[in-house]
Amino acid sequence: MTDIGLRMLFGDRAKYAMLVSGVCFATILMTQGLALFFGILGFSYATMTNIRAPIWVVDPLVQQAGDNQPLRDTDVNRVRSVEGVAWAAPLYVGNAQARLLTGGATQPLMLVGLDADTLAGAPTKLVEGSIHDLRQPDSVVVDARFLEMMGALRGVQLKLGDAFEMNDRRAVIVGIAKVAQGMAGATYVFTTWDRARHYAPAQRRMLTHVLASPAPGKTEAEVAQAISRQTGLRALTEAEFKRMSARWMLFNSPIPYVVGLIVGIGFIIGLGVSGQTFYTFVLENTRQLGALKAMGASNLKLALMIMTQAGIVGVVGFGLGVGVMSGFFAMLPEGRAPLVLLWQIPVIVLIAITLICMGTALLSVWRVTRIEPAIVFRA
Amino acid sequence: MNPFTPSPETAVHLSRVDKAFRHGDLVTPILKQVEFTARMGEMTFVVGPSGCGKTTLLSVLCGTLDADAGEVTTLGHALHQMSPAHITRFRSRNVGFIFQQFNLLPTLTAAENIAVPLRIQGVSAGKAIPRAREWLARVGIPEKANERPNRLSGGQQQRVAIARALVHEPALIVCDEPTSALDSATGHQVMDLLRETGRASQRAVIVVTHDPRIYSYADCVAQMEDGRILRVTASVPDAPHSTH
Repeated sequence: MTDIGLRMLFGDRAKYAMLVSGVCFATILMTQGLALFFGILGFSYATMTNIRAPIWVVDPLVQQAGDNQPLRDTDVNRVRSVEGVAWAAPLYVGNAQARLLTGGATQPLMLVGLDADTLAGAPTKLVEGSIHDLRQPDSVVVDARFLEMMGALRGVQLKLGDAFEMNDRRAVIVGIAKVAQGMAGATYVFTTWDRARHYAPAQRRMLTHVLASPAPGKTEAEVAQAISRQTGLRALTEAEFKRMSARWMLFNSPIPYVVGLIVGIGFIIGLGVSGQTFYTFVLENTRQLGALKAMGASNLKLALMIMTQAGIVGVVGFGLGVGVMSGFFAMLPEGRAPLVLLWQIPVIVLIAITLICMGTALLSVWRVTRIEPAIVFRA
Repeated sequence: MNPFTPSPETAVHLSRVDKAFRHGDLVTPILKQVEFTARMGEMTFVVGPSGCGKTTLLSVLCGTLDADAGEVTTLGHALHQMSPAHITRFRSRNVGFIFQQFNLLPTLTAAENIAVPLRIQGVSAGKAIPRAREWLARVGIPEKANERPNRLSGGQQQRVAIARALVHEPALIVCDEPTSALDSATGHQVMDLLRETGRASQRAVIVVTHDPRIYSYADCVAQMEDGRILRVTASVPDAPHSTH
């Protein structure tokens, strides 16, 4: 009987295409919404993605990665003195303005000052140059996107060895790194902590973070707890800091509402278009279904037939939708768009699509159970 | 208590059957204390003017509609005492249907349409389709096995419907206006086929019609009017000039 149901489904190609399109469109919308959500969440902790350290120590008032509250310079040594800490290094993260040596408009950027001795937190993906060249005078490692933006907006393509101005001081490019994009599209420029103090606007305190690592035999979590307990500062593992930043973003930005709206609209469109089309499909086949009932097809058999039809529409529509989105994501430049297709997203969307198809099928089954087989005798 | 004792010749027996349709507070009686009998091996016609309850009678006697009151005994089964699920199973095994509008599934081929009653009974496609093809040959259009209904003429569609009604060898065949959508010549061909296949295997064939062109095929005619059987005759009624 299910093969008869499938023949009924595939036989009406226009209706079948519309049903599949509805599910496909819903899949695309929900996938895109969720990918956007996780992508923006990723932006919220881009600092931790670009500057890797097992433990981050920050001011107790800090609530998220973008919140750079200054620490005392002595805090680095206080952290080092905690038992279980293998090493601790200063870090500066702040804003700066870049400009060509010839002048012109400025380009905002995220300035990162690394400990000159350990270079802890240095970018891991260097496209050109060497991170060790940061020990040369005026040297900086720039984000590859910084060069593109300077080229596109200022008309000059900077390259390795070229110089530019950062907060009116000369900076020489000794390395080009590939890093994750942060909020508001900020590009990253890395230098040493000491040099960052010269580039950054003068402040009494120039330390924003202390990076640390646990000694062998100690876990990150227990060392972070020990640092918090003994220094009164906030010490977090990398994962904790990411989670805290993402949570802050969830509760303090309109992003969840925007994304929730997109996902919700996707779900409603899926339910509306697919549900209505499928229900209409069943209504239009009322006479045929009535004939099958008259000939002895039980409600259970017809229900299975309809569930199979809905299942096929769901699987094909979902597959097409995920396929389209995968292709779309593959075409996007890496790390640029705030879209991340985690494996969990198709799973979540599949659950939503299953709910849509099941709801639609149950509504149609309810309709079929109410069809009187005697309807077939009416002209 | 049912005073009726079924004999092997009795296919259908209705006793004091009432049926009414309700639309809100409005109750429209359709069948009123109907008494009706059809025998095996005979072609029984139910005739009468439009709205007299012929189709409702047909629906009740084959179990697609429940009677409000009275007793319905079909092929020895007391339908009025059976659960809906049992009646559905009963229909799938014992009743063949021929509809006015054919009601063939448009997305299936002729052979697949004929196989539907077998498929409903759980017969696999591999076994059902060859049997359907045999029946297609018996109704005279073996070459149309792979054609969809929209590629068949009205007469060919009704032949497919007849094959579908017979493929599972039911003891009772119910026909609702089987010739009203057909021209005269095709209508006679279809009726010849029905009579031949019905009588050959001692089936009961019950035909609801007000097509006077085919009255001569009847072995027995029950004339209905206003929800009641007026008379039962063994031959063509005098003047059944009803119109739609």
